[in-house]
Amino acid sequence: MRRHRPEVLRTPVGIVGVTLLTVLVLLAVLAPLLWGDRATATNTGNMLAGPSPEHWAGTDNLGRDILFRTLVATRLSLVLTLVATTLGVGLGLLLGLAPLLLPQRLGRLVVAFVNVLLGFPSLLMVLFLAVILGVSTTSALLAIGIAIAPPFARLVHALGAGVTERDFVAAARIAGVPPARIMVRHVLPNVAEPLVVNATVTASSVLLAFGGLSFLGIGVQAPQYDWGRLMQDGLAIIYDNPLAALAPGIAFVLTGLAFNLTGEAAAGTFGAKSRSRMRWPAPASPRPGTRDDADLAADRDGLVLDVRDLAVTFPGPDGPIPPVRGVSIALRAGEAVGVVGESGSGKSMTALAVAQLVEEPGRVTAERLAFCATDLRSGRRAAHDALLGTSLAVVFQDPMTSLNPVLRVGTQLGEAARRHQGLTRRQASARAADRLRAVHLAEPERRLRQYPHEFSGGMRQRAMIAMGLMGTPRLIVADEPTTALDMTVQRQVLDVLQEVRREHGTALLLISHDVSVVSSVCDRVLVMYAGRIVEDLPSADLHTQARHPYTRALIGAVPDMTTDLDAPLATIAGQPVDPRHVPDGCAFAARCPLVTDRCRQEEPTLQAGPVGAVACWHVDDPIPAETEEVAVG
Amino acid sequence: MSRLDFEDVTVRYGHHTVLDGVSLSVPAHQIMGLVGESGSGKSTLARAAVGLAPLASGRVLLDGQPVRHQGRRRPIQMVFQDPFSSLDPRMSIGRSIAEALPERLRRAPQRAEIARLLELVHLDPGRAADSPGRLSGGQRQRVAIARALAGRPDVVLADEITSALDVSVQGAILNLVREMQRETGLTVLFISHNLAVVRYVATHVAVMAGGRIVEQGPTAEVFSGPASDYTRELLASIPGPAGGDVRQRSPESGANHDN
Amino acid sequence: MRRLLVSLWILVTASFLMIQLVPGDPVRAALGTSAPAELVATRRAQLGLDDSLLDQYLTYVRNLFTGDLGESILTQLSVAETIGQRLLATLSLALPAFVLTFAIAVPVGVAMAVVTRRGRRRRAELTFVGTSIVLASIPEFVVCVALVAVFAVNLGLVPAAGRSGIDSYVLPVLALAIGPAAVLARIVRVEMLAVLDADYIRTARAQRLSALRIHLRHALPNAVTATLTLSGLMLATMVAGTVLVENVFAWPGLGGTIVSSIQSRDYPLVQGAVLVYGAIALTVNTLVDVGIAAIDPRSMIGDS
Repeated sequence: MRRHRPEVLRTPVGIVGVTLLTVLVLLAVLAPLLWGDRATATNTGNMLAGPSPEHWAGTDNLGRDILFRTLVATRLSLVLTLVATTLGVGLGLLLGLAPLLLPQRLGRLVVAFVNVLLGFPSLLMVLFLAVILGVSTTSALLAIGIAIAPPFARLVHALGAGVTERDFVAAARIAGVPPARIMVRHVLPNVAEPLVVNATVTASSVLLAFGGLSFLGIGVQAPQYDWGRLMQDGLAIIYDNPLAALAPGIAFVLTGLAFNLTGEAAAGTFGAKSRSRMRWPAPASPRPGTRDDADLAADRDGLVLDVRDLAVTFPGPDGPIPPVRGVSIALRAGEAVGVVGESGSGKSMTALAVAQLVEEPGRVTAERLAFCATDLRSGRRAAHDALLGTSLAVVFQDPMTSLNPVLRVGTQLGEAARRHQGLTRRQASARAADRLRAVHLAEPERRLRQYPHEFSGGMRQRAMIAMGLMGTPRLIVADEPTTALDMTVQRQVLDVLQEVRREHGTALLLISHDVSVVSSVCDRVLVMYAGRIVEDLPSADLHTQARHPYTRALIGAVPDMTTDLDAPLATIAGQPVDPRHVPDGCAFAARCPLVTDRCRQEEPTLQAGPVGAVACWHVDDPIPAETEEVAVG
Repeated sequence: MSRLDFEDVTVRYGHHTVLDGVSLSVPAHQIMGLVGESGSGKSTLARAAVGLAPLASGRVLLDGQPVRHQGRRRPIQMVFQDPFSSLDPRMSIGRSIAEALPERLRRAPQRAEIARLLELVHLDPGRAADSPGRLSGGQRQRVAIARALAGRPDVVLADEITSALDVSVQGAILNLVREMQRETGLTVLFISHNLAVVRYVATHVAVMAGGRIVEQGPTAEVFSGPASDYTRELLASIPGPAGGDVRQRSPESGANHDN
Repeated sequence: MRRLLVSLWILVTASFLMIQLVPGDPVRAALGTSAPAELVATRRAQLGLDDSLLDQYLTYVRNLFTGDLGESILTQLSVAETIGQRLLATLSLALPAFVLTFAIAVPVGVAMAVVTRRGRRRRAELTFVGTSIVLASIPEFVVCVALVAVFAVNLGLVPAAGRSGIDSYVLPVLALAIGPAAVLARIVRVEMLAVLDADYIRTARAQRLSALRIHLRHALPNAVTATLTLSGLMLATMVAGTVLVENVFAWPGLGGTIVSSIQSRDYPLVQGAVLVYGAIALTVNTLVDVGIAAIDPRSMIGDS
């Protein structure tokens, strides 16, 4: 049922806004009919009276009732607001869409014109136009309409240009759809929503602008009156009766609120519908018995990273969402482990959780979460900062956004060392230069003084690695470090990572969707599906010994330089698991060619095999030949 | 025949020369791969062919005739990289496809044509009324392919059509491109930064760098005996144990291919 | 730079054309229908209105370079002098109000962004957003009148009008700053929220920098860059907003002058005032661009 309610009415704020608007419209229609006479009735015997039971807000200098005048003025104030807004919005649409339809040069001229107009405050334009057009209601109306057009035109243009740059518009152009038709069918529908919201908010500023003009005496002229005029009249007698000025003032505020609240609710500012209803589960009871802690203690001594049963949970509208559901990873010094999986498999979230970078409202739980023999689950976060800041390096996917654009590279490299290792600025800078050299960046001293935008993508990624090398990293967590890079640059970055491993005995946790990247760098590969590790095997055996049907299909789906050209690639039917609805049993069951009833009911756990571990009930069954290609996601 | 020729094509944006006198011949009824790194100009070349990038000089010819960018029938169609940007979110996929049909049809034949195209890309024709929001990335890319085919083109330009997709879906789309080309005899220019993908789908390949073609020829020849240093460098950058023996792969994954 | 020059030229031309575009005879309109025809003719000649349009334009521009904005039709005082005196009074309101706006908006916006990030403290967020919308919905002149009603009339703490001691500045500056501060605080918060979700903030957190350093050194400059663009328009609007505030507080500033000269049709004075207001707006916008370039190294290359 809720689906039929307009977006605006789904939040209390929206309901208040729309209710206020409705009341105002009713007043605008009815007030002049009901109280028009009483608002204009003069009473020389009762001039400038204060509030009284007959006149709640007192009377003006002709003895007219101020409250009724305020109510009756609703109509004129609203009508003027709407007319001016319509005028301005229409003009704005015209000016904003023109550059998208006109020939390029003419279009640029329009944009430049609008930009110049935008440089002037709208009140100035209103005054300017008021001079030319003379002092009257109509000229004020035109003046305000014209003055609000440029900002609206810019918004229209920006939104419209954003849509025209998208590929579906290019596709329509290639298909021979004429420009005007593209505008009507593709551009306008996609910008309508924000424009309506903005028009609503614009209406509120038009109300104020008109009020302002009338207040200054260059808007509505007597004997007509709107709230602005009433305020001006009230100001003259403010010492006798403050209400005379405040009554129209309150009308202004309520109307402005009505427009603004409605607009903001429509814009989703108060987005209550999604976030406020997030639910958390009852606290889970701790898992029983850490059965093998004692006998494995000796074995665990040399581990750089020891994670057992790691889970990450986010609150969702229909209960918690678990992107990671019980992942165990152990890494020795110098060891490189890769994590592969599709998007949504939880591999990046695992990396963030290991690096202690999952932010609220996400929650990380684990039976064991130790880095360099320090338990990261206990103690204050700040207490671990020095350890993590010097011994754990993190490299992210997008080098273009991972460095702060307004700080010099040298500053960004040095600041952690200054905090955690107590280096002076000079020492930090020297070390940073040395580290940049270590990742093969030429002229490191000059590079340190540059800003990130002066670096290429590959250089930035190497700077990120250098940043991690400012301390003495025991572990590098790299989340898709080369996905955004070109192939030749990817090679260089991977080589640098390998070098670091060799020279410092640093362990590496490499997250990637690319099986070939992982198998070229890592000793071991973990395959993730729906938040769990489904297979763990040496990367040398990936192509020959993979036993999980998902791993096998994943490898078969990606061509490499040796793929048989005459056979179709392997495909995986169906869709990846939505973390909000993880099925019972094996999460891969719905897409698996070997599925049986057992798979749908019982979830397999990782079982050690001859070369690794795999979580599947049918590890040794052959995969049936595909009969026909199924439409897949 | 439907051979696509670029003759000395130059494209400039401001002072920046993106394509510098590119001459390239895409053989008729073949898939030609176009590889290169970001900024090499490979996407611009495709956009120039469909009139989305202004030519500073040179010509684009289809069977020796200059390509026209007017009228309803456009012999060159294009499929884009980002499946989330290439379909209008406010339009049902059926309408998106209908828009690309070269002539106005009445309702029933139009519906039949849309159903035929959706089936061609292995999508349920019953989903024609769905909005793109209800489709996955791979399904959207299938719709984009169906839309390109709707224009009954002679040439289809595929610009990195699998690089925004998950690996498990990539295989299915590549299979579809090969199948489509075999069935319709289309000429395809398949742009990708991934050499292994190009090797798999394309019979011919051209290598671009810095707005120029550095090498072109049959895929097997170019990849086994590259003539230019740049191609050699590209081939050397491919991660993984290059040159691994295909015969050593698991019998299971081999079984996958038997059909 | 080119844009500034073009804008200035348009401003000068527009202010020149303003008088030409007034329907009918501007001098007659200013002096009234009862004024003798000789007087009107003399005044017309003085103003050069009988020359050709091009001559008038060239004279106008030439005079501008010597700082001559002409004479008031009514008082025959130099427009430049009148405006010079009044402008000082206006700026003495607008500049403190601008500083106050930032002094309120930036700390409040940043603090609210940090506190309410990622759906935390929904109640605080709603209160903040609600309050700022309410404050922004109140027109300056209503704020003025309300402030006068409460603090001057009811409590008698400060003078209700006029420019005298320091206490006479309190209400007008407050009235000018409240609305913009509410709007700006919201913008700062939104920008800050976006910045806090950026990858480079995650990098800073991965380096385990202190929260203070992450927020002030890494996040704030990025948030302010976007905010500054808007603040230029805001200061210009604020200078214009003084028109209303000066009217309420009987402040002897440029705003009052411009309104009264529009009503009395003293066009040379209006012309000069429009020119000065516009020039201020343009200068402020240019200064903001320079400020952004100083903070954000990227903007230097993109500028052309």
